[in-house]
Amino acid sequence: MSETPQELRYTDTHEWARLDPDGTVCVGISDFAQDALGDVVFIELPETGTEVAAGAEVAVIESVKAASDIYSPISGEVVRVNSDLVEEPDLVNSEPYEGGWIFVVQPLNDDQMADLLTAEQYQEFCESEDHDH
Amino acid sequence: MKTALYENHVNLNAQIVDFAGWQMPMRYSSTIDEHHAVRNHAGMFDVSHMLTVDFDGPDSLPFLQKVLASDVGKLATEGQALYTAMLNERGGIIDDLIVYRLNETCFRIVFNAGVADTDMEWVTAWQQSTALSVSITPRRDLSIIAVQGPKAIQTVIDLLDCPQLIKTQPFTSMFHNELFIGRTGYTGEDGVEIICPDTQTPKIWSQLYDADVIPCGLGARDTLRLEAGMNLNGQDMSPDHTPYECALTWVLDLTPSRDFVGQTALEEAHRQGVATKLTGIVLQGGVMRSGYEVQSNAGLGTITSGSFSPTLGYSVALARVPRAATGECSVLIRNKQRTGKIVRPPFVRHGEKAHK
Repeated sequence: MSETPQELRYTDTHEWARLDPDGTVCVGISDFAQDALGDVVFIELPETGTEVAAGAEVAVIESVKAASDIYSPISGEVVRVNSDLVEEPDLVNSEPYEGGWIFVVQPLNDDQMADLLTAEQYQEFCESEDHDH
Repeated sequence: MKTALYENHVNLNAQIVDFAGWQMPMRYSSTIDEHHAVRNHAGMFDVSHMLTVDFDGPDSLPFLQKVLASDVGKLATEGQALYTAMLNERGGIIDDLIVYRLNETCFRIVFNAGVADTDMEWVTAWQQSTALSVSITPRRDLSIIAVQGPKAIQTVIDLLDCPQLIKTQPFTSMFHNELFIGRTGYTGEDGVEIICPDTQTPKIWSQLYDADVIPCGLGARDTLRLEAGMNLNGQDMSPDHTPYECALTWVLDLTPSRDFVGQTALEEAHRQGVATKLTGIVLQGGVMRSGYEVQSNAGLGTITSGSFSPTLGYSVALARVPRAATGECSVLIRNKQRTGKIVRPPFVRHGEKAHK
């Protein structure tokens, strides 16, 4: 069973988003997603300063099996990226909610978090996807 | 379709995928861990989706000399094996396969799963048109477990109590009671492929598991064979490509008296000159995948198989490129040009970097 921390918000493309005290939003991929992808071997990170729209492709994760796009859950500007992933891309597998974070967005406006899925909604979504397979 | 080991895979929590109509394990835990187990220790693969076929009869040798591109007559003694290709009349590759000589009149061949039906139709049609005296028997009653890695041979000797296996060489085979053991594989490591009755297969698999042989899925099978520079039928080879275009010139025996299927077309292709070659590419900073475009010093080419090499820590690929291509090249990965280098496979040998 994959972990879905209650305090995070999620997307139907399997990113998680965390609103931090400084008003920025940290983004990664869920435990469910990392398990489905398998061993992550390479990550193409965005440049800081990039303006992103909610739903836009921001990063690419390559596992042994396939390449997957990572979409920004919210609109704003990329202000930080996790450069540890250059040397240790497998942090996405081992610590999807901690050391495996991918980028941080300064939101264009507030309230965007409310549009995202709650942990409970995301869990239901994953269960329905699992049944399709 | 399910192999005799399907329940074993499910009980080991394998991620199951469809492969050529078969429900097969992609991975049990981590593809990279499974890969390293084979390079450093021993791993096992269920390859029972492949089809074992026996060719028996007084004309089995002349028949195989007709439908296969290598000189099967080189298998002079019982147990010897060789890797070869079965071609269409245009010289294109229908399948690549291993032939084992079982005895004076009987040969055993293993067909790839994706083309097993095509292969059966092909050999059956040629048997009818040549009227040679050979009976062709598909053995769906048999499973295949590949045990591969530096510890594979000793583990199999101990478990199956077959000390004589230590005396065999690569590309030979032997019978041990009801088991057929070929010293062959698809990983670049030493090891065996055990062909056994379906009824005994789950027990042998469990014994190997209890002896710490790591179950490995199709994911690791692909990264291992790719590091070893081995072709995958349907990706690196096809009925539209001759062995000249698939780095398999070495399997051909073009002795004029052979007159094997595809020989005339091959001779013509050789006279006209072959425009492309299958070679290797290594690249850091991205992962090459099948179908990606390659720009070389001699023109455009295509990645036929690409992945990440767990042993080397960067991407490796097989690619079909213009014959004169060499040196640096550029691979289009998700709309970005990345610089790679054309090298001669294999990429890895005995667990170490093998390309220049």
